[in-house]
Amino acid sequence: MFLNYLIKRLLSAVFVLFGISTLVFLLIHLVPGDPVEVMLGETARSADTEALRDELGLNLPILQQWWEYLKGIAHFDLGKSLHSQQAVTQLLLDRLPATAILSIASLSIAILIALPLGILAAVYKDSFWDRLAIVSAMFGVSIPNFVMGPLLILIFSLWLGWVPVSGKEGVSSLILPAFTLGSALAAILSRMVRASMLEVLQEDYIRAARARGLSEFRVLCLHALRNAALLIITILGLQLGALLTGAVITETIFSWPGIGQLMVDSIQKRDYPVVQACVLLISFIYVLVNLMTDVVYTALDPRLKLET
Amino acid sequence: MNKVYSIPLLILIMWSILALLGPVLPIQPDQISLDKILLTPHREQWFGHDDLGRSISARLIMGARTSLSVAIVVVTISLSIGTFVGMVGAWLGGFWDKLLVMMIDLFIAFPGILLAIALAGLLGPGVMNAVIALSIVSWVGFARLARVQTLSIKNRDHVDAAYALGTSSFIIALKHILPLIMAPLIIEATFAFAGVIIAEAGLSFLGLGVQPPSASWGSMIRDGTRYMLVAPHMVLAPGFAILSMVLCINILGDYLRDKMDIKEINKV
Repeated sequence: MFLNYLIKRLLSAVFVLFGISTLVFLLIHLVPGDPVEVMLGETARSADTEALRDELGLNLPILQQWWEYLKGIAHFDLGKSLHSQQAVTQLLLDRLPATAILSIASLSIAILIALPLGILAAVYKDSFWDRLAIVSAMFGVSIPNFVMGPLLILIFSLWLGWVPVSGKEGVSSLILPAFTLGSALAAILSRMVRASMLEVLQEDYIRAARARGLSEFRVLCLHALRNAALLIITILGLQLGALLTGAVITETIFSWPGIGQLMVDSIQKRDYPVVQACVLLISFIYVLVNLMTDVVYTALDPRLKLET
Repeated sequence: MNKVYSIPLLILIMWSILALLGPVLPIQPDQISLDKILLTPHREQWFGHDDLGRSISARLIMGARTSLSVAIVVVTISLSIGTFVGMVGAWLGGFWDKLLVMMIDLFIAFPGILLAIALAGLLGPGVMNAVIALSIVSWVGFARLARVQTLSIKNRDHVDAAYALGTSSFIIALKHILPLIMAPLIIEATFAFAGVIIAEAGLSFLGLGVQPPSASWGSMIRDGTRYMLVAPHMVLAPGFAILSMVLCINILGDYLRDKMDIKEINKV
């Protein structure tokens, strides 16, 4: 049963990756007018535009271009940057660690805030903690990161001078971008933790654990949280997309040298192959992480296995 | 309606009136005054002046106009297209429904507004292209919701009865299905409205939305970040404007969701 599910889920993921690649391939054909002219500017010599057109394969029939693009993806060959002439794959690899560090730091901050807050809110429902959690979650989802980022810079860098304004030098420069990116996730997550804890705390096995005289801490952390964890992992997987997109804007604010900054820079330089590659990479990561969370979720929860 | 909810409603109404009256109000959002560059807030100009000496309060009003009009257009387009496509897919079933599900799966696989950023970047900066990019991204949520809702309703007795009486599919969809699936769609639209306001400001923040001299809250923040040490009001004013608008819409959205008691939408 589980194997069937796994195969079905894998096939659909392959289809989605294929579809994403096709859409990203089509992006360059959406550019109004001649993409080559847009990239090189109107003053470019015709020999140059011809050369670039050849290099990008834009003279080939569109189906063949599409096939070449898909083949390139399968070989991790995404062409060359028009701006720096470097291989796009290399550019992405150079930037990936910075984005990974930022994402993991944001995720950790979000979990560190959301777990205690959500649990407190659920355990002491309708108390001060509960209201604090609800109100801060409301603010958290309503402050876009391009408002949160400058606000934090203003307070903690310019006024208090605790951390650097931007760049990537050591842990201190990571704090503000990670908090900026993690705050919205923390808000969503604390709501989910609260909701799932409220549900789990109603279950019979919690009453049984309490009846056995276990300490409240053990009941909450070992019995309740463990069962709420599955749902929380799924939410984290789903929210990773928002996190990665948020990284595009957050990296721009803090001059954090990751994939997002590369994408925005490349848009401004009209370096289309790099823009395409960034979209492709972020979407692929998102799809694969979702696939993983789905599979892990199904594998771990015995109740789901019985149903399927 | 609970008294608590009248405050966000009032704030929203205030922004809408200001945005609506923007062109006839005695304000000069594009008036450059070199003697007032980066002037901090004072009694006549509550929000101060920007790097070109323009009045920030006037630009906030024009920014509200941009923000609200983009959100209205994008939500209207994606709500209509999404609802239509979703209902048709669910109604026809078979091949067309499979195709629709494939499309939905594909578009949902792109995280957040990433695709919109890429689209707006490739189409070239400008408010029109931002609207196109955001609409291409936003119809999917409505289509998925409309499809699921229609599926759950299309086999109900009153639809079968209408069908047996020889009512055309179009009338059935319009009179017997649409009214029943409207509530969740409206709530989804409320949250989408807040989402589009953030997305438009985000695109403008990246320089991909509204172009100067037109005002957008996102581009105001972008301009302001360069002068944060000397003129923090340039960032704070549009920042709190966006926050006030989005917060109020989200609060009212939550209220509507609780009021209509809809469990299907769990979007935060």
